[in-house]
Amino acid sequence: MADLKRTVFYDLHVELGAKIVPFAGYEMPVQYPMGVLKEHLHTRSDAGLFDVSHMGQVILKPKSGGYEAAALAFERLMPVDVLGLPQGRQRYGLFTNDAGGILDDLMFANRGDHLFVVVNAACKDQDIAHMRAHLSDACEVIAITDRALLALQGPKAEAALEALVPGVAAMKFMDVAILPWSGVDLWISRSGYTGEDGYEISVPESQAVAFARALLAEPGVAPIGLGARDSLRLEAGMCLYGHDIDTTTTPVEGNLTWAIQKARKAGGAREGGFPGAARILRELAEGPSRRRVGLRPEGRAPMREGTVVYAGPEGGEPIGAITSGGFGPSIEGPMAMAYLPANLKDGDTVYADVRGKRLAATLAPMPFHPTSYKR
Amino acid sequence: MTMKYTEDHEWLRVDGDVVVVGITEHAAEQLGDVVFVELPEVETMVAKGDDCAVIESVKAASDILAPLDGEIVAVNEKLVDSPGLVNEDPLGAAWFFKMKIDDLSVLDQYMDEDAYKDLIG
Repeated sequence: MADLKRTVFYDLHVELGAKIVPFAGYEMPVQYPMGVLKEHLHTRSDAGLFDVSHMGQVILKPKSGGYEAAALAFERLMPVDVLGLPQGRQRYGLFTNDAGGILDDLMFANRGDHLFVVVNAACKDQDIAHMRAHLSDACEVIAITDRALLALQGPKAEAALEALVPGVAAMKFMDVAILPWSGVDLWISRSGYTGEDGYEISVPESQAVAFARALLAEPGVAPIGLGARDSLRLEAGMCLYGHDIDTTTTPVEGNLTWAIQKARKAGGAREGGFPGAARILRELAEGPSRRRVGLRPEGRAPMREGTVVYAGPEGGEPIGAITSGGFGPSIEGPMAMAYLPANLKDGDTVYADVRGKRLAATLAPMPFHPTSYKR
Repeated sequence: MTMKYTEDHEWLRVDGDVVVVGITEHAAEQLGDVVFVELPEVETMVAKGDDCAVIESVKAASDILAPLDGEIVAVNEKLVDSPGLVNEDPLGAAWFFKMKIDDLSVLDQYMDEDAYKDLIG
């Protein structure tokens, strides 16, 4: 693990009894003594605190002009309406390539005179290079390296954070705010990656451990590792970049057309003008040949990433493959995402090859577990 | 007779004329929360080293290997509905299967508790 990085919380993870694994170039906690299953359920019933400091935090500051200048530049890289995002709001975005594939998915926020962007850990170096290469005429691309990032998720998240940072309870899902705690500014969004209500909080490294300890002292807050983070996001039907979406999948195939607003579609105010627009606009009009769908296996056996899917119980060629799969503690059964022919509908049955046996699974709507956002 | 242990972290216990097989506490802890168990068919003949059961945790799938040549004479159906038993009571209620073997002396090849404890450090 010689060249692995550590977040500012590493010693706290060890103190809390975490099992540490390499992830996206960092030594990260995969679970604490509670274990993945109980950590997952605890997040849904109480509140979970996640270290997500390995993710990339970036500011896009317009060189001249205000938010509009930065927004129009950023729209060159994504099939997303950046200009129309109101101040104080956050939105989901996707970097696409010239073939229409996805380079990364991300969150961005309108903070008045600039954009704040959060990207995936494994992609952050290339994302920053990508933004510098394509936006430097209009924006300064500032990588934020002196702040940690925490996620606080679950029904008790609001009370726990409000106790330390008055004002957060008034925020709605996907609102962002800058609020003080102990002499530093916290950059807060009401969002997350679990399907639960909750917050993501960027905190200066100097105060990060003290802030995390203060949150852990609040009622119901427990540290949660990457293992439960994965089962929580899968139950919520959310994509994991590099697995469920990547450079070989388009946003339309990835069932992410909801992330492409009207302004960027055919007939919209700023139609096209992003990498891969020809293919993505064509797929929006004509439909893709395959699509990311949810699967509920009929038995108890989990169907893991890479499992090949067939139309029938025997014979035939593969029709697709599973990209994420496992056991959902809250739904008390297995669940998976797969790319399958777009003519299949919810309720249809397919067969996955699990250790040489074809096991039935049903196409199912996502999320598998209902979300509980504060809208 | 006392428990014997394999390098694959299975335990073996003689019970009358059959050998009961399960996984060790160490193995259960390493696997994490068990969410699925697939058992062999009763009356199957297995050879030492054959994959004869599957155990899946929240993290990954692992095979349980037949520790000896012999016949599967019973399986613990409770594990199918309650795979979490493997974490709760790996050495007791969460046995996997029972095997009938010809010659119990073949168990001598496996570790006793002290040797197994040395293995897992």
